[in-house]
Amino acid sequence: MKFSHYLEKITGVGIYPMISLLLFVAFFTAVTIIVFKTSKETISEMESLPLDNN
Amino acid sequence: MQLQKFSYDNRIPKMFAIATMFWGAIGMLVGVLAAFQLAFPALNFGLPFTTFGRVRPVHTNAVIFAFVGNGIFTAVYYSLPRLLKTSMWSNKLSKIHFWGWQLIILVGAITLLMGYTSSKEYAELEWPLDIAIAIIWVIFGINMFGTILTRRERYLYVAIWFYIGSWVTVAMLHIVNSFELPVSFFKSYSWYAGVQDALVQWWYGHNAVAFFLTTPYLGLMYYFLPKAANRPIYSYRLSIVHFWSLIFLYIWAGPHHLLYTALPDWAQSLGTAFSIMLLLPSWGGMLNGLFTLRGAWDKVREEPVLKFFVVAVTCYGMSTFEGPMLSLKNVNAISHYSDWTIAHVHVGALGWNGFLTFGMLYWLIPKLFNTKLYSKKLASTHFWIGTLGIVLYAIPMYWAAFRSYFMMKAFTPAGQLQYQFIDVVQSIVPFYVLRAIGGTIYLTGVLVMVYNLVKTAKQGKFVATEEAEAPALEKKYKSPVGSFWHAVIERKPIMLLTLSLIVVGIGGLVEMVPTFLVKENVPTITSVKPYTPLELQGRDIYIREGCSNCHSQMIRPFRYEVARYGEYSKAGEFVYDHPFLWGSKRTGPDLAREGGKNADSWHFNHMLEPTSMSPGSIMPAYPWLFENEVDLGTTNSKIYAMRKMGVPYADGYESQANKDLQEQANKIATNLKKDKIQVDSKKEIIALIAYLQRLGKDIKTGETSSNNTSANN
Repeated sequence: MKFSHYLEKITGVGIYPMISLLLFVAFFTAVTIIVFKTSKETISEMESLPLDNN
Repeated sequence: MQLQKFSYDNRIPKMFAIATMFWGAIGMLVGVLAAFQLAFPALNFGLPFTTFGRVRPVHTNAVIFAFVGNGIFTAVYYSLPRLLKTSMWSNKLSKIHFWGWQLIILVGAITLLMGYTSSKEYAELEWPLDIAIAIIWVIFGINMFGTILTRRERYLYVAIWFYIGSWVTVAMLHIVNSFELPVSFFKSYSWYAGVQDALVQWWYGHNAVAFFLTTPYLGLMYYFLPKAANRPIYSYRLSIVHFWSLIFLYIWAGPHHLLYTALPDWAQSLGTAFSIMLLLPSWGGMLNGLFTLRGAWDKVREEPVLKFFVVAVTCYGMSTFEGPMLSLKNVNAISHYSDWTIAHVHVGALGWNGFLTFGMLYWLIPKLFNTKLYSKKLASTHFWIGTLGIVLYAIPMYWAAFRSYFMMKAFTPAGQLQYQFIDVVQSIVPFYVLRAIGGTIYLTGVLVMVYNLVKTAKQGKFVATEEAEAPALEKKYKSPVGSFWHAVIERKPIMLLTLSLIVVGIGGLVEMVPTFLVKENVPTITSVKPYTPLELQGRDIYIREGCSNCHSQMIRPFRYEVARYGEYSKAGEFVYDHPFLWGSKRTGPDLAREGGKNADSWHFNHMLEPTSMSPGSIMPAYPWLFENEVDLGTTNSKIYAMRKMGVPYADGYESQANKDLQEQANKIATNLKKDKIQVDSKKEIIALIAYLQRLGKDIKTGETSSNNTSANN
């Protein structure tokens, strides 16, 4: 009795890990592109936010 | 443009800061007690509410939700208004949040000690408290978003992203994991069973670490580290990548807590893969923190706040390196169920959370009281005491883990296990003593801090509100030509909230949906039957006494485990387990196949005086089980609740359940009488024996030769 293998019977369960990997790669690429396209001024404005009200 | 006047309130951050110190000291004190109990069982005092199984959840819940929780709120209520140039949205909600949270902590600690527990780690609190937590959490969210929406600063600083992401994810985790069916006031059964319950629980458990202990504290780091160093974060771009990849990856990693268990293979691999990827954003964050101090190391030597921050961020780096390593199956085979996990957790908790909190408090309290720190020297002393405490805590635990691994898997040339479980326990006890001393030293440091900060407060004068002014936000803002569309997200908090929810939601769904299809796909194992009423009552006693804090019920498919405990566990065996009781630590042996291994009388004597049956045992005694009677009034609603959740008790079985219960109890009492033990069959010990004798028996028959077949591995 191999109880641990019942999930193989769900049709196409192998696609789930695949979807997750592709999603992440797409997401990560998008974030990276966005980050590097942000202008220097915006970045320096944002990074100095905690220091303003000292 | 006209400047608007407003003020920052310091009362709420002050209250949360005091609560952080107060609960921190209490939570760690309870931890020290629990640590000494493992070395000296006499410290369990023979009382129900001072026994390790109930004390340990109080420790974990207190340090996570009371110490770190109040630390998060201190940081949020201080930094959020200042980053957004506005006051908190509602002072009334802030107060409800503060007092509501403290009340939950207090009631939580009392009910846990009374034995009201769901048994799911870091989610032990019972259903009325789960509801209370949800309400307070929503109030916190409303207050936070009210503040964000009425801000005078266009951009949301990255710390706020971490706050938002943490808030929404914790809400989701808490609600999904708390699905339970109340049986009575303060007693409920998890809606999920067996494998599903385990998967949901560790999806929650892992992400409680991620979204309660890590991401809010990263927000804290991104605010207080630049503040204390008086320079911006090393790379703001990196912090954005850090945020998005961290929340995306974290949510998937839960299954690494269930490697080699009966969880389906693909889910285990998914957990491993994402855990390893997690290393990159985590280290990105760590380096971002450390590089912020580039060229300012002379300041670190002078300034205790920065010292604490440096060690905190370094510990973050160490435990986020260790985490992915532990999720490799071959490493996990050694670490799982062992003290390695405890060491790993405490490097994170004592180093990252503890030191970051201390750094924040040393910076914040002088600010709130408009003075200087009472004694920098004492703070430095605290720093060294704390560091020593961490080292002395962690090293014995690592040592103990490897020692027990090598002993557990040792076979004699004849193919027999070389050591009994008790031999391993005995050789680990000295390390428990060292660990407890390490914890005590760390706690001493905390007390030094409390003294220092009280003195600081006394020499200064509390600044209840700070006046400030800033121009209002332009209503119809047009971004400059050529700016990128991501700037829109940086300005829109609701969109940020929704996006983070989607990001973490996808992870949760893909991970869990297939397992929820299990119900339809699991071929029912005919030999697996629901628990009898007496066994069910016994199971609830097992839960109440927190047995699963030290005993697992999940045998992994290794030769040395199968030889020691019996046939490895199968997913189909747990279909009626609401909640699952796989456990995560083996301070005592696994009990998955305990049924029939020892006589009823053995269990009777063992529960009364463990060392009488197992010399050298560090298990506490449970004398009250021999005095209390099983509450027969609850049988009815328990059976009913179980049937509601799909356990196949026949319709109307409630009416005869107690009769069956009594019959089975009498049988056990008669059996005990043969061994010259006189006991009333109504006592709780009888129910517990019934449950223990049932464990793993469903598919036990006919598999006696498994020990020999695996002997060539």
